[in-house]
Amino acid sequence: MKRFAALFTALDQTTKTNAKVDALAAYFTAAPEDDKLWTIALLSGRRPKRTVVATRLREWAADRAGLPLWLFEECYPIVGDLAETMALILPDATRDSDRSLTHWIGEIRALAKLDDPEKRARILDAWDQLPKIERFVFNKLITGGFRMGVSQKLMTRALSRATGIDEPDLAHRLMGDWQPDSTSFESLILTHDPEADLSKPYPFYLAYQLDGGPATLDAPPGDWAAERKWDGIRGQLILRGGNHYLWSRGEELMTDRFPELARLIDHVPPGTVLDGEVLAWKDGAPLPFNALQKRIGRKTVPKALLRDAPVILYAYDLLEWDGQDIRARPFDDRRGLLEDVASGVPEDMPLRLSPLVSFDDWDRLAKIRDGSREHMSEGIMLKRRDSPYRDGRKRGDWWKWKVDPLTIDAVMIYAQQGHGRRANLFTDFTFAVWDGDQLVPFTKAYSGLTDAEFRKITAWVRKNTLERYGPVRQVTPQHVFEIAFEGIQESPRHKSGVALRFPRMSRWRHDKPLSEANTLADLKDMLAAYG
Amino acid sequence: MAESLLSFTDRGIYCAAGDFFIDPWRPVDRALITHGHADHSRPGMGRYLATGAAAPVMRHRLGDIAIDTIAFGERRQINDVIVSFHPAGHVPGSAQIRVEHRGEVWVVSGDYKTTPDGLSEPFEPVRCHAFISECTFGLPVFKWAPEDDVRAELNDWWRRNAADGKTSIIGAYALGKAQRLLTSVDPGIGPILTHGAVENTNTVMRHQGIALPDTLRVTPDMDPKAQKGALVVAPPSALGTPWARRFGPSSTAFASGWMAMRGVRRRRAADRGFVISDHADWPGLNAAIAETGAERIFVTHGYTSIFRRWLESQGYDAAIVETEYEGESLDAAEPEDAA
Ligand SMILES: [Zn+2]
Ligand SMILES: [Zn+2]
Repeated sequence: MKRFAALFTALDQTTKTNAKVDALAAYFTAAPEDDKLWTIALLSGRRPKRTVVATRLREWAADRAGLPLWLFEECYPIVGDLAETMALILPDATRDSDRSLTHWIGEIRALAKLDDPEKRARILDAWDQLPKIERFVFNKLITGGFRMGVSQKLMTRALSRATGIDEPDLAHRLMGDWQPDSTSFESLILTHDPEADLSKPYPFYLAYQLDGGPATLDAPPGDWAAERKWDGIRGQLILRGGNHYLWSRGEELMTDRFPELARLIDHVPPGTVLDGEVLAWKDGAPLPFNALQKRIGRKTVPKALLRDAPVILYAYDLLEWDGQDIRARPFDDRRGLLEDVASGVPEDMPLRLSPLVSFDDWDRLAKIRDGSREHMSEGIMLKRRDSPYRDGRKRGDWWKWKVDPLTIDAVMIYAQQGHGRRANLFTDFTFAVWDGDQLVPFTKAYSGLTDAEFRKITAWVRKNTLERYGPVRQVTPQHVFEIAFEGIQESPRHKSGVALRFPRMSRWRHDKPLSEANTLADLKDMLAAYG
Repeated sequence: MAESLLSFTDRGIYCAAGDFFIDPWRPVDRALITHGHADHSRPGMGRYLATGAAAPVMRHRLGDIAIDTIAFGERRQINDVIVSFHPAGHVPGSAQIRVEHRGEVWVVSGDYKTTPDGLSEPFEPVRCHAFISECTFGLPVFKWAPEDDVRAELNDWWRRNAADGKTSIIGAYALGKAQRLLTSVDPGIGPILTHGAVENTNTVMRHQGIALPDTLRVTPDMDPKAQKGALVVAPPSALGTPWARRFGPSSTAFASGWMAMRGVRRRRAADRGFVISDHADWPGLNAAIAETGAERIFVTHGYTSIFRRWLESQGYDAAIVETEYEGESLDAAEPEDAA
């Protein structure tokens, strides 16, 4: 664990990308094979399952430190991290050991079968032989909250440097349904056999935000294909060997959540991989995101929901055709083949082609973009016609040109402290609009301000607290913020009757007095127009 | 009930029997001062009394003041009470103030640190009936590592940066923390540069006979890039400013007890955080309080409500006193030399 803890420390102590890649590459060169595999697993979100409930851990840590539980509970929100709080209060280790990362993960997983007193004994024993940072890492693993601040992209770059294998190739090898138990570093990374895993997806190509509008692009309109940007779930549908697999962008297998897509097996030839958007769809048009939301997070789908919110794959790219990886071919070619595939699928099947929108110049496209919300769309996607299908987020060939967010001016009425990096700062706020002379809360937001602004508002909150409700402080209604959001929908669960999508603080309206904040009627008008 | 020996007023801690204040925050006639930090030693007092080692910095900061000095351990009568000053281990010259009246003894801790740092006069516990204690780091998550470990870490960081051709810039309070860093590092690694605020305090301390390694004041006409592999000691507020950018490629660090928390360390956007504090940690606070033998404990600046509850669970009669002292502040907006 010392080597892994040293890696963790090196990554934690720098914000510089190159230094992170250097540290990782050095680790991937020197560490034992099984530790490398586990590190890759951890960095790609394959964390070991929790085997001890947090409540027990807190009790055992407080007890071992000779502290009452209430004192532990006071420390936890201040530190902001359970694993760290435990690591800090525990007495120093009395022994030193250097077992591997794989050993400790094995220990943690083995706890699953033990009863509480046995778990306690094992964990106290571990705490007693792990010095500070190793103990913190162990606690992170055991609480299931392990993150290292390294993207999969950086990890792939480091791994590429350590193994000499190309990044895109590695990115593909790392995809899919593998677990450290089901493979080895050797067979996953070094000797990779695509036939071995029919469900393995390709890395998704992600678009960059086009901030300056299309006039800032390096090529004329004719070089670009445009589509609407859909507000669903990005999905990769794989048809191979008589089976189908649906992957999310977060590399989650979603096949069972959307059983209606199984019907496509009879109409799309095996050896086909489609990229598109999963949308709730009815009567020839997408339903609001709200409808799809009901399907997310449901592992089994009740019949009524299948009927009320049926989904389709709105396809916009073809990655594999006739069993061949065609990602290197130009977009126009792939699109042509995609249209062929789609034309063989009957109309009542859950597969449709996301249409291209035609335009001659950027002004025309800007007008089309203005109508996005009426089409249940978030804006325009631009794809370079001669570009390959790349992996990850790469600048240059795919751009998203989103419509401007909706905004509303609201009054801050509650504040709550953040945690982790933002411990000691007030970062979570509740906002309200006027309803007559009452302020009605309608949304929370916790992002969009600079650190300096958060510090400023924190100092203000401390001096302007009216009432405390546990961690929440009611503050003097005084500050007006512009809240930006992507969508609005009806919500009986909220006092205001509406819920926003992706709300964030876009501006601190120092210039606006309290009385000029928006009203509940304004929100209801937005709901009628865009909900 | 008779008036207690020390009382808490809106001007500060007051002793009626001696008619003086301790570390007052509003102008009063007579002030006994624990140490020279700005939140304890304020301008506008008629007369000041402080230790001989604390006085030079106070004169430097407050200008022409009427100040009388007292040696550690010396007993002096003021009106009906006897006062004496005892090392607090916080910064050079810092004291706890003992007040005795008809056999009743109170001690005001000021800011204190129980572990020796090689620079400040080491903390001495003082027996008393009532103890007014700071509790800046009054949570069990704060446990300082041995001084030698921290020194090794610090020198490692500097040495590695020097080898990589980088300047090491560390943010630390101009009074106390900065000098402690200077006496902790290995001057053989490279030149040590100082921000003006730090160097001014260095000059005062060298004058009073405190040994510090050689340092070089950063001035506008200095070519900072000529100082290869230097360590720069500056107030925390100077980090991230154009002043700090003149040194070219650099690694930055803060030295503070708050650096014990990873979240704070990451928020401060420095490359490194060294857990170096001039205040007592959890074991230090508990040991100090136990050693006073006091039954009544008043806690000021820090995690007061949590610490009070803890003390009560340990059998003390504990209360919170609201003061205007500031603990170890981390945010740039605060006065740089307040601690
Ligand atoms: Zn203080
Ligand atoms: Zn101080």
